[in-house]
Amino acid sequence: MRAQLTRFTAPQRLLHWFMAICIFSMLFIGIGMISAVTPKYLTLIQIHKALGIAILVLAVIRLTLRIVYRAPALPPDLPVMDRLAAVSSEYVFYALMIGMPLIGWGMLSASSHPVVLFGALHLPPILPVNPHLYTLLRRAHYCLALMFFALILVHFSAMIFHKMVKDDGIFETMAPAIGVRQTKNSVHGHD
Amino acid sequence: MADSSNNARPLPLKAFATIAAAVGFVAIAFAYTAGWLPSHRLTPKEMVRALEPPGGPALGHRRNHAKGICFTGTFDANGDGAELSKAQVFERGQYPVVGRFNIAGPDPHMPDPIAQVRGLGIRILTPNGQEWRSAMIDAPVFAAPTPQAFFAFLNAASSKDPIAFRQYSTAHPEILRFIDWVKNHPRTESWAETRFNSLDSFVFIDSSGSRHIVRLSFIPQSPSVTIPPTELAKRDPDFLEEDIAKRVGSGPQRWELIVTIANPGDPSADPTKAWPADRRTVDAGTLIVQQAVPEVDGPCRDINYDPAVLPPGITTSDDPFPAARSAAYRASYDSRIAESSSYPRTQKGEKQ
Repeated sequence: MRAQLTRFTAPQRLLHWFMAICIFSMLFIGIGMISAVTPKYLTLIQIHKALGIAILVLAVIRLTLRIVYRAPALPPDLPVMDRLAAVSSEYVFYALMIGMPLIGWGMLSASSHPVVLFGALHLPPILPVNPHLYTLLRRAHYCLALMFFALILVHFSAMIFHKMVKDDGIFETMAPAIGVRQTKNSVHGHD
Repeated sequence: MADSSNNARPLPLKAFATIAAAVGFVAIAFAYTAGWLPSHRLTPKEMVRALEPPGGPALGHRRNHAKGICFTGTFDANGDGAELSKAQVFERGQYPVVGRFNIAGPDPHMPDPIAQVRGLGIRILTPNGQEWRSAMIDAPVFAAPTPQAFFAFLNAASSKDPIAFRQYSTAHPEILRFIDWVKNHPRTESWAETRFNSLDSFVFIDSSGSRHIVRLSFIPQSPSVTIPPTELAKRDPDFLEEDIAKRVGSGPQRWELIVTIANPGDPSADPTKAWPADRRTVDAGTLIVQQAVPEVDGPCRDINYDPAVLPPGITTSDDPFPAARSAAYRASYDSRIAESSSYPRTQKGEKQ
């Protein structure tokens, strides 16, 4: 039996917080760029494409680490609905982190728009040119982005709730290394 | 919340206040960034809506320059452009082109004789996988100096208030020169006799990294034949499309790509300002149009001639229009592509 973790491993925590910054920026860039006609539109859309592919790569690495190192057990006294929310939201987050860049890449492919990352570096199309497919993916990209943003707000609220109200060690499992306090309720052992 | 271990604790008001404040702040910042809050920001959708006729847009069609015909051909680069730009499209060689001739206006059935502005969209692919898209018109300069001014002009021109346009033209006298050109410039018999201009400036970057501010034109090889206004009115509603199909059917049609290089201090940010006629030009090659195809089933139909799709070696300048056009073209593209069923193809097998 693998020893139970009390925290996510350092690479997992590093990736979590680094990707949190990337994804948060990405959502603001995405929603901002589609409402702009100023020259910053081109800058933002360029960042959006390159950062999107970066997030895709990081998400795949993170998923691999998640499978290899797994996650600390949730507190045994966590209510069943909270447990369900925690488990299902993790699946949704991984699906969005990997799915959103692929949808973005796919929708550009379906509209025969080049996917230029920077300079001469461009990616091949991953889907055939097809107007119906483009419309579907374009709408999915927008709706899922709003959902992603809402989910992050809920995730953030839950984090504060667990830290400030329940103090059950869930925040500490993903907390940055510096200044982490192991609370008396920190989860150890078996579940 | 079930929380048996902490039942002695008072209501966690501080925690809830923290959550509400943080989430509220981030949500408002997001809404502001999205343009959902009232602001003076001009959005791509507003820009596109300003181009729509009072009765609403023609579903499935481009929101402006709605009427057009596809063509295929090649760009035959002579190699002379390579001194200005490292883009492969300027290395000697032949590169495939998918383009579109069009007339300005939101109506895909507008009679050609009343067209005021003619346009050209091109997409050139090079073997290294890069592409260059451009959309040009036959006007010598543009109507408005900035996207915001163009938006104000569109609103003033469509306003029922006669003072609106006078106010605009007082603030932007260059619009009077543009309207004078629209009304009085000689109409040629054909797109093949029409000169198309980028109007916007771009930056060419050569292999040493030097930057050159340029404007571009396609100059027809066919001699211009002007149609007198009285005869123009009698022409067929689709005479331009019929003409180009006939000409291309009897042989390739050609335009030279002329690159005009700015001198220091030339107005590169304002497409209403022409550059002096003595500026150095380079003939970079020949656009050869070999086949014309009706748009409904044609290869240009689903291409967005976004002028910000540029290969390494070409980039945008301080001219604000390519970015604004890119944003507005995308909004138009998203709408019309979603409405494809309102503009059905006539041939089967369109699903690739």
